Amino acid sequence: MGPSLDFSIALIAIAPFVAALFAPWIKHFTGQLAGWILAIVPLSIFIMLLGFIEPVSGNNVVVAALPWIPSYGIEFSFFVDGLSLVFGLLISGIGTFIVIYSGGYLAGHPHHGRFFSYILMFMGSMLGLVLADNIFTLFVFWELTSITSFLLIGFDHSRQAARRAAIQALVVTGGGGLLLLAGLILLSTMTGQNSLTGLLATAGLAQSHGAYIIALLLVIGGAFAKSAQFPLHFWLPNAMEAPTPVSAFLHSATMVKAGVYLLARMNPVLGGTEPWFWILTLFGGVTLLLGGALAIRQTDLKQMLAYTTLGSLGLLVLLIGVGTKEAILGAILYLCAHSLFKGAMFMIAGTIDHGTGTRDITALGGLREKMPITFIAALLSVISMAGFPIALGFLAKEEMYLAMTMGLWPDLLFLAVLIVGNSLMMAVGLLIALKPFLGALKPTPYKPHEGSLSLYSGPVVLSVLGVIAGLFTGWINANVLNPTGASIYNQAVDASVYLGFPITEPKVWASIATWILGGVLFWKAEAVRGALRRAGNAIGWTFDIGFDATMFGLVRLADGVTRFLHHGKLEWYTLVMFVVLALTLYLPMLITGTAPSIPDFPILTFYEWGALLFAVIGLAAVLVAKTRLVAIVALGIQGFAVAVIFLLFGAPDLIWTQFMVETLSVVILALVMTRLHLDQRDHREPALALRDGVVSLAAATGFAFVLLSVLQTDLDLTLTRLFEATSAPVAHGRNIVNVILVDYRAVDTLGEISVVMAAGLAILALIRLRAKPARKPSTPRARRNA
Amino acid sequence: MEIALVGLVTLFFAVALYLILSKSIIRMLLGVVVLGNAVHLLIFTIGRLTTEIPPIIPAGTYVPLEGSANPLPQALILTAIVISFALFAFLLVLGYRAYEELDADNTDNMRLAEPEDAPRPPFSY
Repeated sequence: MGPSLDFSIALIAIAPFVAALFAPWIKHFTGQLAGWILAIVPLSIFIMLLGFIEPVSGNNVVVAALPWIPSYGIEFSFFVDGLSLVFGLLISGIGTFIVIYSGGYLAGHPHHGRFFSYILMFMGSMLGLVLADNIFTLFVFWELTSITSFLLIGFDHSRQAARRAAIQALVVTGGGGLLLLAGLILLSTMTGQNSLTGLLATAGLAQSHGAYIIALLLVIGGAFAKSAQFPLHFWLPNAMEAPTPVSAFLHSATMVKAGVYLLARMNPVLGGTEPWFWILTLFGGVTLLLGGALAIRQTDLKQMLAYTTLGSLGLLVLLIGVGTKEAILGAILYLCAHSLFKGAMFMIAGTIDHGTGTRDITALGGLREKMPITFIAALLSVISMAGFPIALGFLAKEEMYLAMTMGLWPDLLFLAVLIVGNSLMMAVGLLIALKPFLGALKPTPYKPHEGSLSLYSGPVVLSVLGVIAGLFTGWINANVLNPTGASIYNQAVDASVYLGFPITEPKVWASIATWILGGVLFWKAEAVRGALRRAGNAIGWTFDIGFDATMFGLVRLADGVTRFLHHGKLEWYTLVMFVVLALTLYLPMLITGTAPSIPDFPILTFYEWGALLFAVIGLAAVLVAKTRLVAIVALGIQGFAVAVIFLLFGAPDLIWTQFMVETLSVVILALVMTRLHLDQRDHREPALALRDGVVSLAAATGFAFVLLSVLQTDLDLTLTRLFEATSAPVAHGRNIVNVILVDYRAVDTLGEISVVMAAGLAILALIRLRAKPARKPSTPRARRNA
Repeated sequence: MEIALVGLVTLFFAVALYLILSKSIIRMLLGVVVLGNAVHLLIFTIGRLTTEIPPIIPAGTYVPLEGSANPLPQALILTAIVISFALFAFLLVLGYRAYEELDADNTDNMRLAEPEDAPRPPFSY
């Protein structure tokens, strides 16, 4: 069945931007209700997307295309298949609760309306990204998520840490975006396809192309930067400087998942090869272990969650890299489970912060009675995060362990990595869900209190969903796993995930091992944290420090370049200009080989010789004059010589103007110069004089060659003939030069007069206007008396 | 004669550029004046030279004499002379005022816009 058209998809990507435009006003007029009202936008998108489940489950693809730059095959086009639908539902669904949550969380913030705008724009960018069909549309939305996340992370822009985190995220993800663009352009030239649907249809073509490995590295570079894979992971924990709703949104279902989305999307196009397998599994595995280990080292709730997000992203990349059917299904399940429990967990962390004034896990305890609803939501989330039975997380873990117990090498290595990584994240989850709520009540900056409905509705709904979803395996198989798996796999998938505990299968024992190891890590968390901190201090260098060094190195480089180019020595600027001038005059002749022929020595009349000699003497006198008065007079000589040349060759109008202007110049110069006490002579070292002389002569000779070339061609006299023929009969003037000036080129002459007038006014202003000494402000009384 | 003028134009350009390369404001100013003349002569020569017959239509006829000078470059030069004079006058006053304010006619000492001890960029966010 062919793709069906539906332009409502384009609407889905655009609606949040429109809502963002009005968000500040809505906030202004509705106050505290704004969160609930604005949440209607993502909610309607969610409901609209639900309507796509049925066609997409039937393996239909829905497309919508608007022409954009047709000459380059660039369209503003969107499509919905299983993968985009899952992402779209997660983004809009979790986005609904995020908007509600931020209504409560940021209540009273002076820029609350602006915040709504940013978050809606971000949501629109994410939706556009996962729904885009044309790869350039995809790139535009990809970069839009970088820009909008920059605004969100740096929302609290009065703090330096927030500014730094925002710039860091923008540099890393935006830079990755450029890699992606290069990769996409390369892919487009390799396959001749500009759309994802086209790329999927020709899957297999790119892998056998000679430039495959370059395209692969570029696309992976973009995805890794976005999804914070080692060694580009450092921006993600710093992005916790953002307000908590932002962290909850960016690091659960959206921003960081964009890279995962891209890798999953490109699996049929670029995947299935040795480099793909090893790069993804290696970096994914390292990121998983690093994220888990660094998470347990933290004591700040949001930092702990941020590092587990790193771990989860590594895990997803690892699974996509492995690429077997079970691994892909495990990845899809984990993606959904993670979005639900991580979104909830971040909001819970924010609610705790909001209710107590601290996020330090060592300063929190005994909140179970003060914040009971939040406590229940936290417990439900951790059931899914730790992968306890019936939760979605359990299904995900079972499926990924199943994928790793099919063979021996390298499956068992990955299995070990997964067990360690999962147990680390489980321990962190338990710490967050239990530590602040159990034990004795500890003193906190605020008196602990439960959050409002807008604060706990999101965590409760998401965590409940994450747990009970495990009961609906039939629906998940048919409507989530099959279509999404088909997108990633590019062929029909028959998923048969079921909720069970088959004690004889190795995957169950892997789960049990995870729980035991996770439990032990939770039990010994303090000791583990201490050991990891000592190890971190021993290394002493982080990628974060490296980022600073890189950025400041760039600033230093820019400063150096500026100082090198803008050294402030005027004669060097001029010298460079003249050298370039000489080159522009010579190069065309050298390249095209059209140098003029050198003419014979001219035969002149004696008065022609006289005029020339007159000019040369004047010029020479200007150059060698010992006093400025002599130089000025010599300047007059060369000017008069030019006038004489005009006289010799029939230009009476020029003569008088030239005489007048030269006389005036000499008089004014002499008047002004006698008022100044200037150096008498041109001080130039012989070497500098030689340098300047050579450059001047070179440029001047260039003019000579150009002039010779022009003289050796025929002069086009069309205009001259026209003026000569029409001057008397049409313009009624006998002096053709005057007619040209005041008639044919009258507007030009008007412009000339304006220039002279402007120069005159500027001169007047320069002479008359001086900086006045500061006066005391006069009082009205003083002015009246004056 | 055109060939001789090519040589003269070269000389005018060379002297003008050499003067502009000086560090002294007044020399640069002289250079600007000479540069103006260089360009005028260049345009004049491009229009080809004819001897002594100005482009003026004698009374009673409707066309100029055979072999009269090309009026077009003359019109262009006329505009150019006036404009370059305005430029020269403005630059002269500018240099004069700069001398008064900065007490310098050497461009090395005019560092108001690009001070030698310009602050380093901040190394923070």
